[in-house]
Amino acid sequence: MADHAQTHDARHHDVDYLRDGNTIKSWLFTLDHKRIGIMYLVGILAAFAAGGTFALLLRIELLTHGTTFVDHNTYNRFFTLHGALMVFIFIIPSIPAALGNFVLPLHLGAKDVAFPRLNLFSFHIWVVGTILSLFAIIDGGIDTGWTFYTPYSSAVGGPVILMTTGVFILGFSSILTGLNFIVTIHKMRAPGMSFFRMPLFIWALYSTAILQVMATPVLGITLMLLIMERTLGIGIFDPALGGDPVLFQHFFWFYSHPAVYIMILPGMGIINETITCFSRKTIFGYRAIAYSSLGIAIISFLVWGHHMFVSGQSLYAGLIFSFLTFLVAIPSAIKVFNWTATLYKGSISFDTPMLWTLSFLILFTIGGVTGIFLGALGVDVHLHDTYFVVAHFHYVMMGGTAMAFFAGIHYWWPKMFGYTYKESLGRASAVITFIGFNITFFTQFFLGSKGMPRRYYNYLEEYETLHQISTMGSWVLAVGFSTMGINLIGSLIRREKATQNPWGARTLEWTHAASPPITHNFHNTPIVTEGPYDYPAGDAQGRPITSTHS
Amino acid sequence: MASTSIVKHQHAHHFANAGQEFSSAKLGMWLFLVTEILLFGGLFVAYTILRGRYPEMWHEASSHLNWQLGAVNTLVLITSSFTMALAVNAAQTNKNGEKNARMFGLLVATILLAGAFLVVKYFEYSHKFHEGMLPGAHYAYTQIAAPNAHLFFGIYFLMTGLHGFHVVVGICLLTWILLRARKGHFYSEYYTPVEVSGLYWHLVDLIWIYLFPLLYLVG
Repeated sequence: MADHAQTHDARHHDVDYLRDGNTIKSWLFTLDHKRIGIMYLVGILAAFAAGGTFALLLRIELLTHGTTFVDHNTYNRFFTLHGALMVFIFIIPSIPAALGNFVLPLHLGAKDVAFPRLNLFSFHIWVVGTILSLFAIIDGGIDTGWTFYTPYSSAVGGPVILMTTGVFILGFSSILTGLNFIVTIHKMRAPGMSFFRMPLFIWALYSTAILQVMATPVLGITLMLLIMERTLGIGIFDPALGGDPVLFQHFFWFYSHPAVYIMILPGMGIINETITCFSRKTIFGYRAIAYSSLGIAIISFLVWGHHMFVSGQSLYAGLIFSFLTFLVAIPSAIKVFNWTATLYKGSISFDTPMLWTLSFLILFTIGGVTGIFLGALGVDVHLHDTYFVVAHFHYVMMGGTAMAFFAGIHYWWPKMFGYTYKESLGRASAVITFIGFNITFFTQFFLGSKGMPRRYYNYLEEYETLHQISTMGSWVLAVGFSTMGINLIGSLIRREKATQNPWGARTLEWTHAASPPITHNFHNTPIVTEGPYDYPAGDAQGRPITSTHS
Repeated sequence: MASTSIVKHQHAHHFANAGQEFSSAKLGMWLFLVTEILLFGGLFVAYTILRGRYPEMWHEASSHLNWQLGAVNTLVLITSSFTMALAVNAAQTNKNGEKNARMFGLLVATILLAGAFLVVKYFEYSHKFHEGMLPGAHYAYTQIAAPNAHLFFGIYFLMTGLHGFHVVVGICLLTWILLRARKGHFYSEYYTPVEVSGLYWHLVDLIWIYLFPLLYLVG
């Protein structure tokens, strides 16, 4: 285009990206992937705090059987808002949009993502989608659950259209981020950065992006049909009008099962970076991990039916979906075994990011294995829609993705802001969160296997003790996360400068970019000559992996 | 147009060279088209499920669509795809700015054909509105004996409506291309927006090629 910027001017060379313009406009309309990543991070952490508050409220309501402090309608809204906020606004964009945006071009040795304007646009529509969802909350909230199952969602009152429109728009934001990442990874790699020299975080983001691009449009059309159902009564999902409500479930899970891999794959990606860095060892089985990310992405398109074992789908379909579900465990297990093998004989240091990483390893494994229970047809009929399912997906989503997200935040914090946090507080927050998490959710495996149904407002008296343990665990969790928040915000106030490579890592953002990086990331385009995890034996500092040209 | 001089393109600063910029834009558009196919894919699945459930109704309701108008529109869109392809070719071979008139004319033809498609669609829609062949609760047509015909018209309006929306977007996109072509922005070394808009336009055409037989000709 004729109005494009010329080649970068000298002014940009030495200013770090945080200080390159300090007006509100220079943030809201920036094309810099790092600033866009930081804005996402702020928004996403705010959503996490809000979703977490709803979680604490609904756990308080479950402290005693009968009414504790709110009526059942309010409770239904609590869990819907907790679910919708956490799924659509926090966890789906968390790692790709916030950390991915910040790290991906740095990891590749690029100046920016391929389409910076599209990147900004996807942030703007993320804000619009979030605001619409928030309006839905203010406007009385909805009680359909985050799954919006028909015909309930097409008949019930409340701002369902507002909420689904919000999610529809959030979906587009996710698609555009994925599209941008795929093109960036294919086209923007630095000289020498072959596919098999890319950090594994990039492989994970690549696999995630495939899912974002290929699954999210189906959610888009599904929500559009739901909106049409409510406004025009088209009847496609309404049995009274000759439609098929199970079709909605097929559509919804065709997106939402791949979506759980949109949530977990980037988390797995971060673990590769932290586990190698804090074990001072190259990753065990680089290619196996890279291919298993793609394997998960592909198989995840074929397992949606396991959410519908009791929805009246045919037994044969159920058998096949069950088999395919077992299959998806293989690439996940490959990763876990490789991470464990990476730890073996490594010189492990227990810095804060590593503690979050080890939490991930333990909790994700529990979540993954209990997922196998649920994938088995006969067992699932017993456990379907019980707290066992709730515990399972919290172990994967929160114990997996959220722990990896916080590992990533602590790992890249010095790079993002140029300041170091207090290591002691960081470690304390990771340990407290780990303990609180297990108290909260391990009890829910027991509740579920004893038959406690999910989403219920009230329960029988014999479940009360376990519910109380779980609720108290949620308070420990709150303490852990508050400690983390205080520590991270405190680091911005204390302003203790971080060095360029405090962890001695070997990827480009540490070896070649300042903390915080300059606006154009690198003074000179790096030329890559080695893999991302080539830690020489016994070298605790990690020498530079590449040479530069000028 | 012949006198318009070419405005030299300067590739965006974060790309290493113009070739990288071009291939990135093209890959980006192909990926976008994948998302479009999946978006429509949901409707095609809904079509298949409902048709499988009520084959007789589908057959009967389909015969109440005007296949002649549908066929005219198919021809119109295929022709517009052809003029679009020629416009891209005109941009690619526009070495010194003197062939701008050809590119300009072809883009105008494409936009006019897209407009003609919408005009035909307007007549079809208003006839259906008038007769009460409407989706869901608004269905008031009496000439179809089989029950649940409102489902067919629900699918008909959703699919052609979403497609029509894409035609409108296409017209806006091509108008923007046209205005830039007038300023001499596109020439043999830089024609990325023309090429990727062309890709989009061909997909809009392609989707209609599936919609026409599935909706108009199954009766």
